[in-house]
Amino acid sequence: MIANYGYEDGSGHYYIKIDTSKCAECSDKGCISNCPEKLFVTELDDFDDEVVLIREDARNTLQTSCAQCKSGADKELCAAACTASAIGFSW
Amino acid sequence: MAEIEKIDYWRWTESNWKNPEIPDWHGKLITAGVDIGSTSTQAVILADGVPYAYSNMRTGSNSPDSAISAINWAMKDTGLTLEDITYTIGTGYGRVNVPFSNKTVTEITCHARGANYIYGPTVRTILDMGGQDCKAIHCDEKGTVTSFMMNDKCAAGTGRGMEVIANLLAVRVEDIGEMSFQIDEEPAPVSSTCVIFAKSEATKLMRNGWTKEKVLAAYCHAMALRVVRLLERNGMEPDFAITGGIAKNIGVTRRIEKLMNIKALSPTMDTQIAGALGAALLAKELVEKKRAKENI
Repeated sequence: MIANYGYEDGSGHYYIKIDTSKCAECSDKGCISNCPEKLFVTELDDFDDEVVLIREDARNTLQTSCAQCKSGADKELCAAACTASAIGFSW
Repeated sequence: MAEIEKIDYWRWTESNWKNPEIPDWHGKLITAGVDIGSTSTQAVILADGVPYAYSNMRTGSNSPDSAISAINWAMKDTGLTLEDITYTIGTGYGRVNVPFSNKTVTEITCHARGANYIYGPTVRTILDMGGQDCKAIHCDEKGTVTSFMMNDKCAAGTGRGMEVIANLLAVRVEDIGEMSFQIDEEPAPVSSTCVIFAKSEATKLMRNGWTKEKVLAAYCHAMALRVVRLLERNGMEPDFAITGGIAKNIGVTRRIEKLMNIKALSPTMDTQIAGALGAALLAKELVEKKRAKENI
């Protein structure tokens, strides 16, 4: 499943895309430890697979949470750490 | 002094229903789904996988109480008690607050499953327009979610936004759709990014002499534009269906159809019960799987 967490407001659209079918097969889940804002958490999905998602209280502030990481590197730290290439950004 | 009648224009009609074609539930597998949303709560009861009864009411300040009220209203006149329900799934933002549920499932999964039942297996894109959020969901022929995108950043584009405009213009929320077409020409939309801006814009337009119908058209247009952006971002694949309370508002749904150049499927049931219906269907499938395992 492609899960898009985030929002659109007057300033733009800010979604992090996670391919949860790839997460379910990933034992590493490097995105969790590499995100300085601790945005990623694991949860059992509706089919009892352990998948990664964005914590609920952070979904409407991604523009500010990810700002430093997005401006500093070629690739976001979470996406760089994701060996399954399961993470993408809409901005 | 003459008494002034106080009307809550935003209040939509609560309802309950019992299937007249199922006179007796005894001997059938009874499962239930309860969807506690930010604005409305629904309870659906299935008898052998067929809708037997449901209720649709406003969510109160206490979610567990709302769940109990909804299931009790659905069970009214059926002779059912909670003990007769084999399995219950809670869903919606308040899903963890259904005191009698056996399991919780996200509303995304339940809405897709419910829409698959209401609209049939050809539905691939579902737009759920809820009380305080809006979701674009893709699913396969079994109603399993393949992708989703939601926006709950602002009440604009949601049922709550529509309620605010209903109260502002003193128009019953259920009349907005029809009224929004009683215009000569489609006006430009009001702000679609913030319901507060939209409200002040609507007030200004009224002061400028716009009719209520024209303001409603501008608001419905704005709401349609907002959800179309969400649909386009997540991708549109026919067949297309709309669930949630706003699905009953033709002022918004017809404008979405026009902007997307696609006709939405016609619902065969109340579009607000899709989430609870999906939960009840998943409950049935879980019971059957468990029973099949025990028989092996």
